[in-house]
Amino acid sequence: MMNEKYLPLLATIAVFVALFLLGGALYKHFLSTQVLGDILADNAFVITAAIGTTFVILSGGIDLSVGSMIGFVGVVIANLDLAGWHPLASAALMLAFGLGFGALQGLIIDFCEIQPFIVTLAGLFLLRGSCFMINLDSVPIHSPFVEWFATLSIPLPGEGELRSSAVVMLVALAAAIGIAHFTRFGANVYAIGGDRTSAALMGVPMRRTMVGIYALGGFYSALGGVIYAFYTSSGYPLAGSGTELTAIASVVLGGTMLTGGIGMVAGTLFGGMILGLIATLIVFNGTLNGAWIMIISGVLLFVFIVLQRSLVGSLRLRGAA
Amino acid sequence: MKHAGNVEAETQPASRLRAIFTHRAIWPVIALALIFLVDGIISPGFFQIRVVEGRLFGNLIDILYRATPTALVAIGMAVVIGTKGIDLSVGAIIAIVGAVITWRIHAGDPHGLVLLIALAVALVCGLWNGFLVAVLDIQPIIATLILMTSGRGIGLMINLLYGGTNPSFTSPFLQGLSVGHIGLIPTRLVLFGAIFLALWLLVRRTAFGLLLEAVGGNPAAARIVGINARLVIYSAYLISGFCAGWAGVVLAADTHTSDPVSIGLYVELDAILAVVIGGGSLAGGRIYLGMTLLGVLVIQALTTSILTSGLPPEYNLVVKAVVVLVVLLLQSANLRAALYRMFARAKP
Repeated sequence: MMNEKYLPLLATIAVFVALFLLGGALYKHFLSTQVLGDILADNAFVITAAIGTTFVILSGGIDLSVGSMIGFVGVVIANLDLAGWHPLASAALMLAFGLGFGALQGLIIDFCEIQPFIVTLAGLFLLRGSCFMINLDSVPIHSPFVEWFATLSIPLPGEGELRSSAVVMLVALAAAIGIAHFTRFGANVYAIGGDRTSAALMGVPMRRTMVGIYALGGFYSALGGVIYAFYTSSGYPLAGSGTELTAIASVVLGGTMLTGGIGMVAGTLFGGMILGLIATLIVFNGTLNGAWIMIISGVLLFVFIVLQRSLVGSLRLRGAA
Repeated sequence: MKHAGNVEAETQPASRLRAIFTHRAIWPVIALALIFLVDGIISPGFFQIRVVEGRLFGNLIDILYRATPTALVAIGMAVVIGTKGIDLSVGAIIAIVGAVITWRIHAGDPHGLVLLIALAVALVCGLWNGFLVAVLDIQPIIATLILMTSGRGIGLMINLLYGGTNPSFTSPFLQGLSVGHIGLIPTRLVLFGAIFLALWLLVRRTAFGLLLEAVGGNPAAARIVGINARLVIYSAYLISGFCAGWAGVVLAADTHTSDPVSIGLYVELDAILAVVIGGGSLAGGRIYLGMTLLGVLVIQALTTSILTSGLPPEYNLVVKAVVVLVVLLLQSANLRAALYRMFARAKP
């Protein structure tokens, strides 16, 4: 018999396939690898950031600093580019920064016992404010490497192609799946999210794991920022505003419970792609406007949460019987 | 209590000093005092209050004036947080209320009725949040995220109902509520005072307030003693929606446009920060309305000070983040203990 923990993931994949088929039924040329490749490439930065958020949410926490990190990374890379840095060097620097910043947030959360919501909210303000302090306008990145990177792609069967940003995202996803399901750290994350007190009593190293979780969150949002900066070849201080909410929505749509302990990293990919698919459908329609994206995302979020609740409720009932 | 023995051994004045320094109001008050001290040094005329054209003017009045919408949202937020909840949708509610006001005024409704409709819409938003949290048992942060993501979209849709992207309106009645003044005092301060007083009486002088904190402190125990937790939690979201509705009225009348994308942006974050600076724990169980107000004043005083000090407004967010972090870190017993040990070791 199939393991019940895969049910939410399967539900997410089913919704994605259904929406994709719906698009195919409504519009010519929708059902193609080209559209699929575009959705992957356009949403690579959100999904990458959301992968980090998945770990944080699995542990029962939350990370609001994601969007600001994306903006900050882009602005710094663009300015270092002006200063003559190679984009890869500045990207490596920013990834290290993301790791360190996240670790610091995790340390404050664990040591000072302040709620993750508040600490990462301060992180949001701090990073976004730093963007504004560096510059207020969009700074283009003229590096030939970035131009070359943007043209890289793997051809898919059909007309489509898997662009470099999507490839980076998929590699990052594979690494995250490895961390979540095949390392002791991953098991500790699930343990803390499932029951904090029991985890501590069982000897899970709390501080090290908490710092690691938020460091991972910071690293993945910085990676999202690098992807975004390379993809748009610019640094814009307002870039990524509100991405933290899209990331959280992707995680939830991907079947991860906000209470922690239940969910899968792979689900986040499909959660993010569902949101991207909705935006694409609305673009294909042409007469609907941006307001619809917000409303439909909200409705879908609602449907999914209710679905999850009833699913988990029925699982618990079966367990009791 | 590890230090209980020490406290008793100490002399009377020292323990009184300790009582002051462990009071929850001390860190926000110190923060506010420091902000004002720096203001006083940088611009000597900072505290001047003049009467111009029959109303009060000055930086202190300006701080109160600008803090009003956030303060309205924050006292509602304090009630929700007291029940172990959170309301992320307040900014979206403000956007919807602004759109509804503009829409109904364009439709030609009497302006008193428009006010009632706007508040009713805000209550419906609170009803929706309460339904998700209390009836469907969805985690508050995600339940209110639904309205947060879709609310501004709903506002945009209402604008499109009568064909406009950012329609404006004129209404002497509503604008009077927001930017007018009664005698010397700005009307919105009087309005806020009335709402604050009503909420304070509700929380501190009725059994209902006790139930709110009981449900937040220990839901299981509250249920066992026979409190209808659902109803209590439901009403917390109604209160928050209502307060956000008033904030929407004040903000929309101030700008007299419906701009759902940017009206009240990040107000939910400021409101939550204000509650936390005021010593309210997101773990629920306590509602500090006065302290929340203090938190709002710290945030607004900081913003106004940065503007008047001549620093570029870009520094606003960073300074705000640093001050908030410092206040929060000082409230942490663990960190204080670590610092204390460090200083103790440094001394011979």
